Amino acid sequence: MSKIVEGLLYSGSHEWVMVEGETAVIGITDFAQKSMGNIVYVDMPDEDDEVTKDEEFGAVESVKAASDLYSPVSGTVAARNEALEDEPGLLNSDPYANWIIKVKMSDPSETASLMDAAGYGEFLDKQA
Amino acid sequence: MKYYDKLIFELSEEGRIGFSLPDNPWADSSDRIPAGLRRSVPPELPQVSEPDVVRHYVNLSAMNFGVDTGFYPLGSCTMKYNPKIDEEMSEYPGFSGIHPLQPAETVQGTLRIYHELAGWLSSLTGMSAFTLNPFAGAHGELTGLMIMRAFHISRGDLKRTKVIVPDSAHGTNPASAAVCGLEVVQVRSTAEGLVDTDDLKSKLDDTVAGIMMTNPNTLGLFEKEIRQICDAVHEAGGLLYYDGANMNALLGKVRPGDMGFDIMHLNLHKTFSTPHGGGGPGSGPVGVTQRLKHLLPSPSVVKSPETGRFAIADNPEAAGRISGFMGNFGVLMKAYAYILMLGKQNVRKVGPYSVLAANYIKESLKDKYRLPIPSLCKHEFVFDGLIEANAGDPAREVTTLDVAKRLLDYGFHAPTIYFPLLFHQSIMIEPTETESKETLDAFIQAMRTIASEAVTEPDLLKNAPRNTPVRRPDETGAATRPKLVYRQDKP
Repeated sequence: MSKIVEGLLYSGSHEWVMVEGETAVIGITDFAQKSMGNIVYVDMPDEDDEVTKDEEFGAVESVKAASDLYSPVSGTVAARNEALEDEPGLLNSDPYANWIIKVKMSDPSETASLMDAAGYGEFLDKQA
Repeated sequence: MKYYDKLIFELSEEGRIGFSLPDNPWADSSDRIPAGLRRSVPPELPQVSEPDVVRHYVNLSAMNFGVDTGFYPLGSCTMKYNPKIDEEMSEYPGFSGIHPLQPAETVQGTLRIYHELAGWLSSLTGMSAFTLNPFAGAHGELTGLMIMRAFHISRGDLKRTKVIVPDSAHGTNPASAAVCGLEVVQVRSTAEGLVDTDDLKSKLDDTVAGIMMTNPNTLGLFEKEIRQICDAVHEAGGLLYYDGANMNALLGKVRPGDMGFDIMHLNLHKTFSTPHGGGGPGSGPVGVTQRLKHLLPSPSVVKSPETGRFAIADNPEAAGRISGFMGNFGVLMKAYAYILMLGKQNVRKVGPYSVLAANYIKESLKDKYRLPIPSLCKHEFVFDGLIEANAGDPAREVTTLDVAKRLLDYGFHAPTIYFPLLFHQSIMIEPTETESKETLDAFIQAMRTIASEAVTEPDLLKNAPRNTPVRRPDETGAATRPKLVYRQDKP
């Protein structure tokens, strides 16, 4: 069973979002890291880069495959998790504690289209 | 098995020399080279005796698993047995000892083989002409796409910058398109695992250069709607590229040219049984239909109708040059010998036997392994993990990786795992036509034993392999902190 954390928002492409005011903290879900297997590289945008909702903002590479990351919101990158550069495996050990980027949202209302924990749980059940 | 992981440098002893060279009459030939350009330190070569060298390489080879040691059902890779006579033919000094810049008059035999092989490949695939120059499958893809692009540009049609690729395609397809400067558009698969023709049609317009397809596709399924797909793409002004990775299933039975494809590549190292794996050498000849023939890359080999002599020609309209010379000739020679050896009669049996072997394994194991697409497969098929995998019990849950590792203990190479990405626990099995029923049965038995062990003793799988020289390597470490260079420790 994949872990889902209450209070976060989720996208259909398995990213999670924690909303802190106008900032969205973005990572990948436990389901995503489990499907990927051991993660060996995280490709992240630079600070001040623009990201667009549902468009690619980076990629995660594992021993099995490379997967694009899709931004759940639009805005400007406020921070990237530098720790992942040296230790991409942090996404495997705790995907919810280790965020990937923080985005200053240009349109916070976009989060309305994301799922809550219960909704994401049902979404995963349907996928199985 | 004896564990052996030494480097030959570790066997080196100062002054131990296992050979003697004749006197060198050119010993002072570098005297006039300026001092700054001469090496001051002698090369660090291993100093070993002949028995050291022989034992070193024989021990290393015993650590390896190959088609010469056992069954190798690696899906999508067509690891068929490589007849030794092919190897012998390519090693003849008349072929292996020539220089690529030698005048054509002195290498007529080699040119004849190039010319004849290109002709045979055209007959086997229904294409009009072949270049044998590309060095590998993906290099062939790039060559084919360059031809596709050159075709549109030569007609003044500059809008066509998109290439459609099914979501089940090999990763090289979108990669080759990107290298060729084309934009990739993905088309979905249906629940049956075939190209979704409605989704495809919605993506066809006058910006599409063409589509890349593998048939049978990565799931081992024949794209039955191929004629409609061809008509739709041609109607929209695009070209069809055939990825020959899975040609083994159709060899001698169905030809891409007859299906309607315009450009294609073959993997000689798969379908035509030349040794491969570990990075090469490969060969990815590219075939085209009559209307694209003038765009094939230079150099090519032409035969004079009057004299019957062969010459190397440059094609002024070529889409580009993709190799300095004439490809990996050693591989071409092996494929030539392989086709000659099979002959017209037996080449027709390759496809049917490879399909029979795959279906036999699939039907014999589908009560133990999840079969997401149950229809008749071609040369390969995909399981989506074990049916009974103890899901939900972290201490006992077994994955496809565990099954693959346990197979090594039973003396089989693991199938391709976690590809295609359409399923989470993919096990992709391709037996090829060269295996006997006894071998297939032994593999089936091992897979069934593993399925039982998964339920009764899952630790056997989770801790596998036990009987191999290396157990589970640190794959993450190998990808993130690889040691690529050997440095001798100076005392």
